Amino acid sequence: MNQPQTMSQKILASRAGLPYVEPGAIIEAELDMVLANDVSTPMAIRGFKEIGGERVFDPARVVLVADHFTPNKDVGSALITKEINEFAMSNHLEHRFQGGRSGISHVLLAERGLILPGELVVGADSRMVTHGALGAFATGVGASDLSAALVTGRGWFQVPATTKVELGGDMGPWVGGMDIALALLRLLGPEGAHYQSLEFTGPLVPRLSMDARLTISNLMVESGAKAALFPVDQVTTDYLKDKAKRSWASVAPDPEAVYSKTVKLDVTGLEPQAARPHRPHDVAPARRAGYEPVDQVFIGSCAAARLEDLRVAAQILTGKQVHPRVRLMVIPPTPRIMLQAVREGLVEIFLAAGGIMGPPSCGPCAGAHLGVLAAGEVAGATAHRNYRGRMGHPSSRIYLAGPAVAAASAILGRVADPAEVLS
Amino acid sequence: MISGMAWVFGDHISSDAIIPARYLHQRDPHSWAKVVLGDLRPEFAGQVGFGDFIVAGRNFGCGSSREQAPLAIKNAGVGAVIAHSFSRMFYRNAFNMGLLVFTCPEAAARVHDGDRLNLDPYSGLIEDVEQDTSFQARPVDPYLTNLVSQGGLIKKIRKQITGR
Repeated sequence: MNQPQTMSQKILASRAGLPYVEPGAIIEAELDMVLANDVSTPMAIRGFKEIGGERVFDPARVVLVADHFTPNKDVGSALITKEINEFAMSNHLEHRFQGGRSGISHVLLAERGLILPGELVVGADSRMVTHGALGAFATGVGASDLSAALVTGRGWFQVPATTKVELGGDMGPWVGGMDIALALLRLLGPEGAHYQSLEFTGPLVPRLSMDARLTISNLMVESGAKAALFPVDQVTTDYLKDKAKRSWASVAPDPEAVYSKTVKLDVTGLEPQAARPHRPHDVAPARRAGYEPVDQVFIGSCAAARLEDLRVAAQILTGKQVHPRVRLMVIPPTPRIMLQAVREGLVEIFLAAGGIMGPPSCGPCAGAHLGVLAAGEVAGATAHRNYRGRMGHPSSRIYLAGPAVAAASAILGRVADPAEVLS
Repeated sequence: MISGMAWVFGDHISSDAIIPARYLHQRDPHSWAKVVLGDLRPEFAGQVGFGDFIVAGRNFGCGSSREQAPLAIKNAGVGAVIAHSFSRMFYRNAFNMGLLVFTCPEAAARVHDGDRLNLDPYSGLIEDVEQDTSFQARPVDPYLTNLVSQGGLIKKIRKQITGR
C-alpha cells in the first residue's frame, strides 16, 4: 500500500514515474503540455538554440500563443510574432495561435480542450495556475525552463505541500468567481500559499461553473500558490465533453492525504468585492472600497472576462450610459467568446453604453497597449494584478473587481457596488 | 567571496517593479539592466557596482514569472540577492539563470542601505563590514547548487543533449 497523497502529489508522482513523492523533494517529470507566449517565446527560442535543440520534443504538445502584444503594437512586437510563426512552422507545431485565432492563452487553452485533468503542464507565464480549474497540475515557469522543456519534454519540480481550501455557503446577488477569489486572497495574503499547491473542496464546489473555477484558480498565484486544483467532477466532465483533444483519466486525492493546513471560506453574506491599489490582497466590499473617481474601466484579461462575466457586465450596462469621464474598455479574451458576445447582443449593449470594444488580447492588463493609464489615473479592472505601474504610468492606481462591480463603476464613475446602479 | 555594497529594498518588490512590462518588447537583454528597479530607485541602474547586493524584505520578485527580472538584475552586475523570502517564480528563475539568491530574514531585517557586505556563496555566510556582524543564510538544496555550478539550466541541458 502506497502512502496517501494529495491530487498534486499524485500527478507529480505519476509523471515522475514514482509511486509516491514527498513534499520538499526535487523531482524531474514528463510534461503533458508546454505553453509559451509572445513575452516568453523569444527568450525561449534563444535558449532552445543555445541548448543545441533541433526539434521540439513533440509538435502536438507545444502551444505558442501571441497574446500580450497582439495585434502587433509596434515593430518590436511584430518581429516577435514573426519569430514565433517561423519557429512554429519549422517545428510543425499543431497548436499555434496568432492573428484572428489568437486570444489570451489561459482562456484559449481551456476553451480548446488542450489541457486536461490529471495532466502536468507548464508555461512561461505565472497565470498557468488557471488550468488547475480543470484538475491539472499547471504551473508557471521561466523562459529557461521553457527552452529545456521544448527540447526534452521534461522539467524539474520541488514537490509542494498542499493546502486544503474548503469553500462553503451560498453566493449572494452579483457575487461570482472573482469575488470568491478576492476574498480568498484577503484570507491568504501575499504569502499564504507560498510554495504550496492549493486544492479546493467543500459543498460550494459542485455549484461553481467552470468559468468561476478558472477565475478562482487564476487569482491564486497572487497568494504565492504553485498550483490551484479543483476536483474533477461532473462540471469538469461536462465542460470537456466536446472539447478534449486527448483522452484523459480522472484523478482524486486519497482520503488520508496529508495537508499542511486547511483554509475555510463561507461565501454566505459575501458582498461584491474590490481589491484596492496596489495589492490584490487589500480587499474590501466594493461599496466600502472608497469613493475614488475612476478614469478607465477594463473588462478583460484572463481573470474574469469569460462569457459568463461578459453576460453579467452586459446585464448591468443594459440601457445605461458609461460615465462621461470614464473610458470603458471591453476586451473579450478569445475570438470565440467575442463571437458569442456578438451573437448574444452583448457587444451591442457595451457599444450602446459608450464602451470601446478591443480585439482579443491581454491588452492594458499588462500595461502594454489598448488602453494604458496616464499619470495619476485610476482604473477599475476585472484583472488579476494591481501592482504599481502595472497598467501604465507608475503613479496610476488600479482597483480589481468582478464584472458586476466593474460595470457599475463604469456607470457611476467611481468604484461602486452593483446595487447602487440597479436600485 | 563576493564583496559589494548593499542596496536595501522593501517587502513585495514585484517583477513589474524590477522590470516593468512596458520594456519587455525590447529585444536586447542588456537594455533591461539599464532600467532595472527604476520605478522604485531611478539611481539604482546607473550607480550599482559590480558585485553589489540587493537586500530585500518579504516575497521578493512577486508577480509575473518573467525571467527578465532576475536576468536584468544579473546583467546589472548584482552579485547576489539576499531577502527575507522570495516569490516561487523569482526563486526558480534565479537559479535557472545562474543568479545567486539567499534567504536570510536576519540580514534582511538588519542590513542598512550602503553597508559593505562579504558573502561566501558556498556556505551562505554574510558578513556586514559596517556593523561588524555576520548572518547565516538558509541552506540551498543540492539539486539547485548543482544547477548553479553547471552555469544554469540552459548550460546544464546543453551538456546533457550535446555532451558539451
